[in-house]
Amino acid sequence: MSILILAEHHDRQLAGATAHVAAAAQEIKEILGGDIDVLVAGENVSVVAEAAAKLDGVAKVRVADNAVYAHQLAEPMGALLAELAGDYSHVLGAASTTGKNVLPRVAALKDVSQISEILDVVDADTFKRPIYAGNAIATVKSSDPLKVITVRSTGFDAVGEEGSAAIESVETVVENSQSTFAKQALAQNDRPELSAAKVVISGGRGMGSGENFKLLEGIADKLGAAIGASRAAVDAGFVLNDMQVGQTGKIVAPELYIAVGISGAIQHLAGMKDSKVIVAINKDEEAPIFQVADYGLVADLFEALPVLQSALSK
Amino acid sequence: MKILVAVKRVVDANVKVRVNGDNTGVELANVKMAMNPFCEIAVEEAVRLKEKGVASEVVAVTIGPKAAQEQLRTALALGADRAIHIQTEEHVESLVVAKLLATVVEAEQPGLTILGKQAIDTDNNQTGQMLAALTGMAQGTFASEVKVDNDKVAVTREIDGGLQTIELILPAVITTDLRLNEPRYAKLPDIMKAKKKPLDVKWPTDLGVAVQSKLTLLKVESPAERKGGIKVGSVDELVDKLKNEAKVI
Ligand SMILES: Cc1cc2nc3c(=O)[nH]c(=O)nc-3n(C[C@H](O)[C@H](O)[C@H](O)COP(=O)(O)OP(=O)(O)OC[C@H]3O[C@@H](n4cnc5c(N)ncnc54)[C@H](O)[C@@H]3O)c2cc1C
Repeated sequence: MSILILAEHHDRQLAGATAHVAAAAQEIKEILGGDIDVLVAGENVSVVAEAAAKLDGVAKVRVADNAVYAHQLAEPMGALLAELAGDYSHVLGAASTTGKNVLPRVAALKDVSQISEILDVVDADTFKRPIYAGNAIATVKSSDPLKVITVRSTGFDAVGEEGSAAIESVETVVENSQSTFAKQALAQNDRPELSAAKVVISGGRGMGSGENFKLLEGIADKLGAAIGASRAAVDAGFVLNDMQVGQTGKIVAPELYIAVGISGAIQHLAGMKDSKVIVAINKDEEAPIFQVADYGLVADLFEALPVLQSALSK
Repeated sequence: MKILVAVKRVVDANVKVRVNGDNTGVELANVKMAMNPFCEIAVEEAVRLKEKGVASEVVAVTIGPKAAQEQLRTALALGADRAIHIQTEEHVESLVVAKLLATVVEAEQPGLTILGKQAIDTDNNQTGQMLAALTGMAQGTFASEVKVDNDKVAVTREIDGGLQTIELILPAVITTDLRLNEPRYAKLPDIMKAKKKPLDVKWPTDLGVAVQSKLTLLKVESPAERKGGIKVGSVDELVDKLKNEAKVI
């Protein structure tokens, strides 16, 4: 049997997460055989389909290009995937807000369980996934004929992009009279995507204001870093929700993570503790963040950050 | 309009959980339990909609062990009018929870069903979406704003890139994100009053749903521990370490 991947895309661009999902699919395929297909659903998505066709290991890209799939609303996406799922043993998507919105629907429509945020493929039906904010790792085995799975990107290295899969269109068009897209407010910046960046610098409540996040920007520019935040910083309105790192925000595992004015609550650690090197800058030497930091600097961030920026300019 | 709000009993968010000795789960003996934080937000939203006159009745429901009645009483103290307890001592996976909730939706016909987006024990983030699929309702997940307007609801959702607003035809399912509201604390007189509010107990078999798991939990392990690092004395020392020791910049 074969594997179907739901492509993650935004603004007519294939998102990096899809190549990580493909890596998880590849591991299942090595055990099970069969093909890996990718579904690109949306409106005017031919460019996305071309990018998906380059992913290593993909046999076929199936494109459902129709206005009903614009903005990938859950109801039509769920119905489409449930219809296509009959040809597959596994349906995989990214553990993104799109994957999490759509895949549980698909599972329920097919009367099977859904397995969230897998980190590891043990076998074609057995997977590891974090529970309790990553304080425990569960190994779960599914007895369902169809496995519907979301994949945590940090658990799998992205596949290469040397492939040339066939592209074919999917004619299935479902009805949707229940939900309509009204508007969106997306963050605009030129920095790398938070969940894919090699370096992330995050600010917490200690930053004191949104204005003060500028202190991180100069450093992020020097390091080519993405900027993240704790929940407290988002709740306080310093920055937008798309920057939240943690159990209920984004999961990151960069080469270097710099936590500034962040205490290190369990829920924040859940989103960044798999980073290769962690640096913490905090004025409280007892802050729990220091227990996971490779390099801790006990200092007032308002003094340390300008010095750091100029040290990086040398 | 009636609002159904689902709540779950979980290990309190402030507890540092530990894997148990035989790797079958986490240590639960003498651990503080509480209502899942996202469910508190769901209850709060339902109660606010009632206070605004949008909703006429708020019904809280939980699926879980006998002790989960504590969380139902909390929901009643926070302003729910009555409660339904679907009692089972077994582990119930999301799909079965959704099937049980679907029977309650069928019986109660709520205009809105509000759930937390995820429970902080299993971190699944599935039940609301599954319930919507099973009942044929539209869904507004990860909500940070909810506005009911006649037969429609506008839901602003926290998505990876920022915020998205969608409109759903009622009845609909909503799952809450952290910034939807700040839940109130129950006041003592309300806690006393809650003891007298109706709480109906049902069993999964009454509802014709088999509590069976299609996922088997084989093992639970602790994640790899990070080794504690060092404290550096200055920014210059930090930059030197990052360049020459860790080699990450
Ligand atoms: C269900 C649930 C889900 C959650 N999900 C998330 C999540 O996804 N992500 C997340 O981050 N949190 C999450 N939280 C919240 C989490 O529990 C913490 O409340 C939050 O992470 C705290 O953010 P903080 O470290 O910025 O703030 P605080 O804990 O207030 O810490 C601020 C730190 O800044 C330091 N500081 C202050 N001023 C300075 C200065 N001038 N110089 C240097 N240091 C300074 C202080 O010493 C302190 O350590 C969640 C909580 C719950 C209950």
